[in-house]
Amino acid sequence: MTMTATEPGARIGRIVHLAVCALIFTFLVAPILVIVPLSFNAEPYFTFTEGMLRLDPDAWSLRWYRQIVTDDSWRRALGNSLFIGVMSTVLATTLGTLAALGLSSPAMPARRLTMGLLISPMVTPLIISATGMFFFYSTLGLSQTHLGLVLAHAALGTPFVVITVTAALSAFDTNLTRAAASLGADPLLIFRRVQLPLIAPGVVSGALFAFAASFDEVVVVLFMAGEDQRTLPRQMWAGIREQISPAILAVATFLIAFAVLLLLTVDWLRRRGDAPGR
Amino acid sequence: MTRPDGRSAGAGRLAALASAAAAATVLASDCGPPPGESLTVISWGGSYARAITRGYLEPFTAETGIEIRLDDYNGGLAQVRAQVETGNIHWDVIDLETPDAVSGCDEGILEPIGPARLAPGADGTPPEDDFLPNALLECGVGTSLYSNVYAYNAERLTGERPTTLEDFFDLERFPGRRGLRRVPFANLELALMADGVPLDRVYATLDTSQGLDRAFRKLDTIKDQVVWWEAGAQPPQMLADGEVVMSTAYNGRIFNAQNLEGQPLVIVWDGQVLDVGQIGIVAGTPDLEAALELVRFASTTASMVAVSRYIAYSPARRSGAPLVSTHADTGIDMNPHMPAWPANTRRALQNDWAWWSDHMDEMNERFSAWLAR
Amino acid sequence: MTRPAFRAARLTLPLVAFIGVTFVVPLATMLVRSVYDPVVADALPDTLAALRDWDGRSDPGEAAYAAAARELLRAREERTIGRVASRINRVRGGLRSVVVRSGRRLQDFSGGPWRAVLLEIDGRWGDAATWQAVRTAGDRLTARHYLNAVDLQRLPDGSIARQPPERRIYVALLWRTLVVSLGITALCLLLGYPVAYLIAHAPPRRAGLLLGLVLLPFWTSLLVRTTSWIVLLQTQGVVNDVLVTLGLLADDGRIALIYNMTGTVVAMTHVLLPFMVLPVYSIMRAIPPQQMNAAASLGAGFPRAFLRVYWPQTLSGVGAGSLLVFILAIGYYITPALVGGQSGQLISNFIAYHMQTSLNWGLAGALGGILLACVAVLYLAYDRVVGLDRMRLG
Repeated sequence: MTMTATEPGARIGRIVHLAVCALIFTFLVAPILVIVPLSFNAEPYFTFTEGMLRLDPDAWSLRWYRQIVTDDSWRRALGNSLFIGVMSTVLATTLGTLAALGLSSPAMPARRLTMGLLISPMVTPLIISATGMFFFYSTLGLSQTHLGLVLAHAALGTPFVVITVTAALSAFDTNLTRAAASLGADPLLIFRRVQLPLIAPGVVSGALFAFAASFDEVVVVLFMAGEDQRTLPRQMWAGIREQISPAILAVATFLIAFAVLLLLTVDWLRRRGDAPGR
Repeated sequence: MTRPDGRSAGAGRLAALASAAAAATVLASDCGPPPGESLTVISWGGSYARAITRGYLEPFTAETGIEIRLDDYNGGLAQVRAQVETGNIHWDVIDLETPDAVSGCDEGILEPIGPARLAPGADGTPPEDDFLPNALLECGVGTSLYSNVYAYNAERLTGERPTTLEDFFDLERFPGRRGLRRVPFANLELALMADGVPLDRVYATLDTSQGLDRAFRKLDTIKDQVVWWEAGAQPPQMLADGEVVMSTAYNGRIFNAQNLEGQPLVIVWDGQVLDVGQIGIVAGTPDLEAALELVRFASTTASMVAVSRYIAYSPARRSGAPLVSTHADTGIDMNPHMPAWPANTRRALQNDWAWWSDHMDEMNERFSAWLAR
Repeated sequence: MTRPAFRAARLTLPLVAFIGVTFVVPLATMLVRSVYDPVVADALPDTLAALRDWDGRSDPGEAAYAAAARELLRAREERTIGRVASRINRVRGGLRSVVVRSGRRLQDFSGGPWRAVLLEIDGRWGDAATWQAVRTAGDRLTARHYLNAVDLQRLPDGSIARQPPERRIYVALLWRTLVVSLGITALCLLLGYPVAYLIAHAPPRRAGLLLGLVLLPFWTSLLVRTTSWIVLLQTQGVVNDVLVTLGLLADDGRIALIYNMTGTVVAMTHVLLPFMVLPVYSIMRAIPPQQMNAAASLGAGFPRAFLRVYWPQTLSGVGAGSLLVFILAIGYYITPALVGGQSGQLISNFIAYHMQTSLNWGLAGALGGILLACVAVLYLAYDRVVGLDRMRLG
């Protein structure tokens, strides 16, 4: 920002603006960070004990981490989340990338309508999707199965892939495919050698979005999962609604670390994806 | 732009790739746990679930080899109805409140059990004579006698202490938020008793529309201060955290918070509402024989007595009452903590399951409309 | 269709089919359930036939009683009586127990006259209203649930009237949902705009860092964020503790910041804020900062320069962000369910209630249909105003 600092009014305005922004950033980030130290609380409370504030080492402990690592139900929940997340991501990424290739072709008929249909799972309220899926998947015998959840999460994850890959393709120079085609290259070869390397960052970040969407999804899980399909968010939901134990804070801390990792990866991918366009 | 023929073939191969990925996903998804002898048991969670796990679920698995998967719910027939109606039955054995055991039976969503399948009492008394009244129903078998009471946190209420049910509704002498279960069941009775209706007139009063209005009007007086709970594990937590100053609760939960977690909670027994906890079987379960086996095992005198050593709920069989002893881990005498202990029953209401099974849905509907306003 | 068009369409076909089967058909089944319910019609066909020419006021006659007695017994044997009773009960509260108990007690009677038998079991079989409820519940196709969802009902004479006052909750709920969503959208704009401005015109390295701070909540699990707000806002939580320690509150005067509408608004604003910042930021990034300087140096003053020059150029980003936030807000379920208490519940929470607790699936479908229609309109607006292909993530 290069507001001229000569005018006192502008200067005060700038300081106020910075102060307001500092508060808003605190609002955004502090709630997430406050959980991390609390997860090391030796007491089963959700607030900073006096001992913690005095930095008394006895007031800090790893007991909640020990609890979640040794607790079967958390381990099973993590296993379910990873399984459903990975499977639905594979499905969503494959189908979504293909569709994005089609949608990016200038010849695509009914493009706007198709795009509207394919992105709709992302904006439809989850409670509606979950309700409909519960009825329909029940009649097919797919509720209470891993497969049902994989299909449901794949449906919810595809819009992310479609959007990121379409975006990557829109920055992509179609002359390259035309050139390759005029040299007689087979479309699969064009896809592999020309398109894929250039849109790969878009595909990967779409996949990460789809994975994150599945990994964090709880509404459909609430309606469709049985005891055998309990995922991490479902387990947290039960914990928050019924018995909020600090073990949840330990799980939350893990998930925050995971979020930071995802954030950095997607950011890195974006830089790579942007590079050829600039 | 014209395209050489190869293009569509390429597109076809991409599509084939997609279907291969889909097929792989489908195949991989099918590897659930291997089907073996196992039962899904649905109970009240928290300390009650721990008590039945040690009281009879673990011994049952040790004896029969049948694995138990235990999960929680918060009562009501909704989930069972939904499973039976959509044909997705994945619960086998379920803990029930008495009115739900009765209406579930009438609706055909619970399996009839019958005394012939049950064990005689510890002293050889046939089941028909051994079970407490209300504890042997067509589709429900009573396993424990428990109570709806209210409790407060002695560390947070430093001044005057509440001693009567009326005090729970007295916001002037005892300001602060109240915890109540988010159902009409037992709350309407509490409201009427606190409003001065004598014990033997409570259900007769509820049966009239003026009486019902009176109960809701009484609840209106504290509505703004109420924090609603759903799971039995919540009230001790809300009291310990200071989220509420008083809360209704199941007596056994408060007992465990007091004695196992050292929480300074105090039960007010005045105006308690007694009920029998039932166990039942979801109609149409594919594991009916194993489920009946578990119900028989859970309803033996020995199992009920075993549970009463982990949580303050007394056996629902006459032959079990004299066998109530001490807490299995702490050695505390359980008798004075039981709902039916004479000192605790000076004003105690036995819930009228017949009234409730006839009016549960109507009351639920009215209650949720009342809440939403 | 031209070959390239065919080829492009073929690439999208697998996903279109997949979304169709796994997503669109399920939504359609939900909508069908909101207008179609054959349970009573299938279970009590003869009873309904006997009621077809009944005038709705007088006694329906022995034929109707006899058919009802026979079919209720059969429904009990087939274990469908609970389903039948729940449908009739929804038309007229209190009838579930009448139907279910009649099914049970009828086993004890060997023969008619059935009118006397049913009246002996429950006097309410003598009410014309009971039979009207049976007849209404017997309609396979019905607009009842949609009427219900907007607090209306069809009277026995066919006219449409408002629900009695104690049952009017959904119109108010719909309004509450819209107003709260608008409020949250406004809050997000108010908080998001200055932040987007700061990031858009900061030096690249710092902008990257600040953007990361906006994106961190975006990538953090929703349940984690909700847990955080519970930890922060509960009566014995961090915020109240700090206020008490600072002497701003008495220890017994702690304020209720959660399990009410405040909790819902605060937590949802936090969840949705990144969806406002990102589109606004990407528009602002394209505005050269020199413009503002130029306007300021012409003596326009900051407020005027901002309003005349800067703000109009950011409107498309503001529109995109606001629509997105609003669309997401009106369908939100998790956050209100966990931190909204009783007063902070929105329409989604009532859909869940009717799905899981009252099992009034027709009404859940109708409320869902109305919500879906709202979202569809906004979604079309988004496509018109912003264009779906310009949607970006992160």
